[in-house]
Amino acid sequence: MNVQTAAPRAPTESSADLVRWLARLVGRGAIHATLIGLGLIWLVPSLGLFITSLRSPADVATSGWWTAFSQARFTLGNYADVLAARGFSQNFVNSFIITVPSTLLPILIAALAGYAFAWLKFWGRDVLFLVVIALLVIPLQTTWVPVLRMFNDPVGYFRLDWIPLLAQLDVKLTGSFVGIWLAHTAYGLPFAIFVLRNFFIGLPKELFDSAKIDGASDFGIFWRIALPLSVPALASLVIFQFMWVWNDLMNALIFLQDATKQPLTVSIQALLSTYGSEWHLLAAGAFVTMSVPLLVFFGLQQYFVRGITAGAVKG
Amino acid sequence: MIMGKDKWTPWLYVLPALFLLTIFLILPTFQTLWLSFHSGFGFNPTKFVGLENYIRLLTHDPFFLNLDRWPPSGAVVNNVLWLVLFTAGTVSLGLVIAVLADRVRYEAGIKAVIFVPMVISATAASVIFRFVYSPDSTVGVINALLIGLFPRLEPVPWLGRTSLVNYAVIGAGVWIWTGLAMTVLSAAYKSLDREVLEAAAVDGANAWQTFWQITLPMLSQPITVVAITMVINALKMLDLILVMTAGGPRNASRTIAFSMYWEVFNNTVAGYGSAIAVVLLLLVTPIIVFQIRRFRAEEGLR
Repeated sequence: MNVQTAAPRAPTESSADLVRWLARLVGRGAIHATLIGLGLIWLVPSLGLFITSLRSPADVATSGWWTAFSQARFTLGNYADVLAARGFSQNFVNSFIITVPSTLLPILIAALAGYAFAWLKFWGRDVLFLVVIALLVIPLQTTWVPVLRMFNDPVGYFRLDWIPLLAQLDVKLTGSFVGIWLAHTAYGLPFAIFVLRNFFIGLPKELFDSAKIDGASDFGIFWRIALPLSVPALASLVIFQFMWVWNDLMNALIFLQDATKQPLTVSIQALLSTYGSEWHLLAAGAFVTMSVPLLVFFGLQQYFVRGITAGAVKG
Repeated sequence: MIMGKDKWTPWLYVLPALFLLTIFLILPTFQTLWLSFHSGFGFNPTKFVGLENYIRLLTHDPFFLNLDRWPPSGAVVNNVLWLVLFTAGTVSLGLVIAVLADRVRYEAGIKAVIFVPMVISATAASVIFRFVYSPDSTVGVINALLIGLFPRLEPVPWLGRTSLVNYAVIGAGVWIWTGLAMTVLSAAYKSLDREVLEAAAVDGANAWQTFWQITLPMLSQPITVVAITMVINALKMLDLILVMTAGGPRNASRTIAFSMYWEVFNNTVAGYGSAIAVVLLLLVTPIIVFQIRRFRAEEGLR
């Protein structure tokens, strides 16, 4: 709590005090006005769409959401309609199928690598870690075309077509969940490695030394000491990666060119182009996609803030 | 389990990560550089054309950079607008909210409200802002408000007019990203030495002077970190534009990252799009160098 939080008490003494008191009162008023004004600007867009999602199509077509307060009649019909719309429920399921492995895989792989970067000595370690930092910033745009070419024909891409069996198999990763899992895993690694390495290196050295003296192996130290201690860091990473994958549009558009496998973000984009003015459907659809991250956010708010303030920010 | 004496075992820990990073990030980056010197339709441009893609991009593509007319236009100019307005908007609003919210009882509430747009997808945010900006005054709240105040006004097509569209989309971007700036700057502000701030108040400095002369300089480092993050975001800005405007109207809201996507996946000229990706890579290179330097400086302090 700040000293200035307390409202200034009205002075009884001199007029100079009265002037100062008035100035502070105006100052307090300005702070509240600024914050509440900004809060409204931030709240009104989502609130308006949320109210729209609960109004009947006829109401939405004839009047603005701000009139809904005077004639309060709300319905969940739009949600039923959008979930029944072709493929939408499947897209909802797909979002989970895509997100869960794409969240767990990179963090598992990054934990191993982050531990090695922090506590094991090997040739080239420091240079490799600088490469990881560089990869944090590299735009995914510079990778999409070659990765898509690899996904379209992995055997040809890696020049493995001289192996008779592989040449006949006609492997294709485009439009497969495995492909998008791998892409999200790779794209999530630099950030996860960076965060976990910095977390592991902050653990006290004595912990590792005494475990070694007790005869623990490097992997034993990683598995039984370092990992359990890093649960808070792992938790905030899981949340970040989950959000990032759940909210991703571009990688799904590029690598999953199969309508039956697309996640919710892609189906919303498609809804927007086919039903651009059917706001009752768009509003309900948007809130279905937003429901999952919003639940995660309000359920696990403290991990969020901790994750962000831990320093690095996703590139 | 293997003991750490062997000099090769540590490599086993980093091998899965290195493998994926090489296949998905490092090799493709070099391949994109290679592709940018080629032309042809589809994803396999095979004809070597040297620097032709770059020359066309910088001199003969009015959607990318048009210097023939004043004011200049095109994706590069739009991106400059994004860099300046988006970065300034998110950092200054984030700072103002962080500092002011510290003095009120509803701090947690206001911060949650500002942060929520960060957790939803750019796709959902695009739906929200197409709704807010709608020229139909029974749909779009901004036009409804304007017409309510000035009944003789025509509804403004915020996303439909070439002179307005960039500001409108940047506004949506600021709405999304201010929460991040606020969170980082608020944590930094709360960790400042309160005694210094209170000493200034005792010395007779008012809140305004304290902010400009003491708080702001003390926060310069976190502000730089946030500003760099926003610069990177502005350079990569793509999904918001794709869903909100698809680069329109009349290509007026393209950014560099959007142009790359559009040339490759809509116009299917992968070589040309790769040249744009390389331009993007060149633009982030100074940031990469800066980040590595900053990391080394921090490690030196350990």
